[in-house]
Amino acid sequence: MKALGFIAVLITGVLLLSAVGDFPAWGDTQSPASQSEISRHFISEAEAETAVPNMVTAVLADYRGYDTMFETVVIFTAGIAIIGILGMGRLSDPESLDPQPETEAGDRDMIVINTCRLLIPVMQLFALYVVAHGHHSPGGGFQGGVILGASFILWALARDLPTALQRIKPRRMILLACIGVLIYAGAGVVCMLMDGKLLDYSALAPFMPEAAVDAPSNDIMARSHGMLIVEVGVAFTVSAIMFGIYTYLSSMGRLKGGL
Amino acid sequence: MIWQFDMIILVFLVVSAVIALRVKDLLSASMIFGIYSFLICLLWAGMGAVDVAFTEAAVGAGVGAVFLIATVFNTTRRSSD
Repeated sequence: MKALGFIAVLITGVLLLSAVGDFPAWGDTQSPASQSEISRHFISEAEAETAVPNMVTAVLADYRGYDTMFETVVIFTAGIAIIGILGMGRLSDPESLDPQPETEAGDRDMIVINTCRLLIPVMQLFALYVVAHGHHSPGGGFQGGVILGASFILWALARDLPTALQRIKPRRMILLACIGVLIYAGAGVVCMLMDGKLLDYSALAPFMPEAAVDAPSNDIMARSHGMLIVEVGVAFTVSAIMFGIYTYLSSMGRLKGGL
Repeated sequence: MIWQFDMIILVFLVVSAVIALRVKDLLSASMIFGIYSFLICLLWAGMGAVDVAFTEAAVGAGVGAVFLIATVFNTTRRSSD
């Protein structure tokens, strides 16, 4: 059986490696992907149409906002599934959703805890910067949300799980994840109510203050700020779900102890 | 892209991938998986895909490794094959 598996993997590997030669060269302007009308439009028009210098964010959150909305839903569903399966039978028990810390602060390594005390505020500030600055530099809701979730995970690693859960109760964690998806979908629905298409942020222009003379028009700035709104929604969901997956995975749903 | 630099990373990438599969201790395998993520993040940053590299560094090397370690602690540390 092992030999059979090895042969199957070998054949697949050889086939895949032989297909590598058909890829266009790195940075090839003549490749089909670079030649298509859509790519050219994104590259030449994205900044003029959305006032967002980071082309990747413009495509991710605006031109393909529908796709990103369901990416967020996928993360939400995965997290809820893990919480549902590992916390099965415990979710209705109020005590399991409100765990009390067992250990005192002195029980754990003082150096680790104090290092984390210094590190976590910086991490969280950086996460907020990544979320809010996703238009202008690499980053955005997903990366910022993961960093924000990781800061809570670090606290749970340094102390124990119930201490970290005092900061975000499991019930509130699930609520935050729901709010994130609602912010994203809600931004899309508000666009529809304002006589636009779903997630067409230029419909939000009436909410914008009067544009300055030399600034981009309200339509364009509405798209830029619409992206910020959905990125914040993504960050809510991703950070809550990352912490949720860790808490349930590391304690098998008991929400006690810690690694 | 400097091809010598890329070649070194690529060799380390393949080595870490093989070790992550071969090693019996699953905790070590999780750690080496994090190293693998960092190396491929470097490759992506070198190719100018900074957003992808950022995601890989945050998700693959950071949170992903922690999830794997959390799972190893709750299941078994020794691989059976």
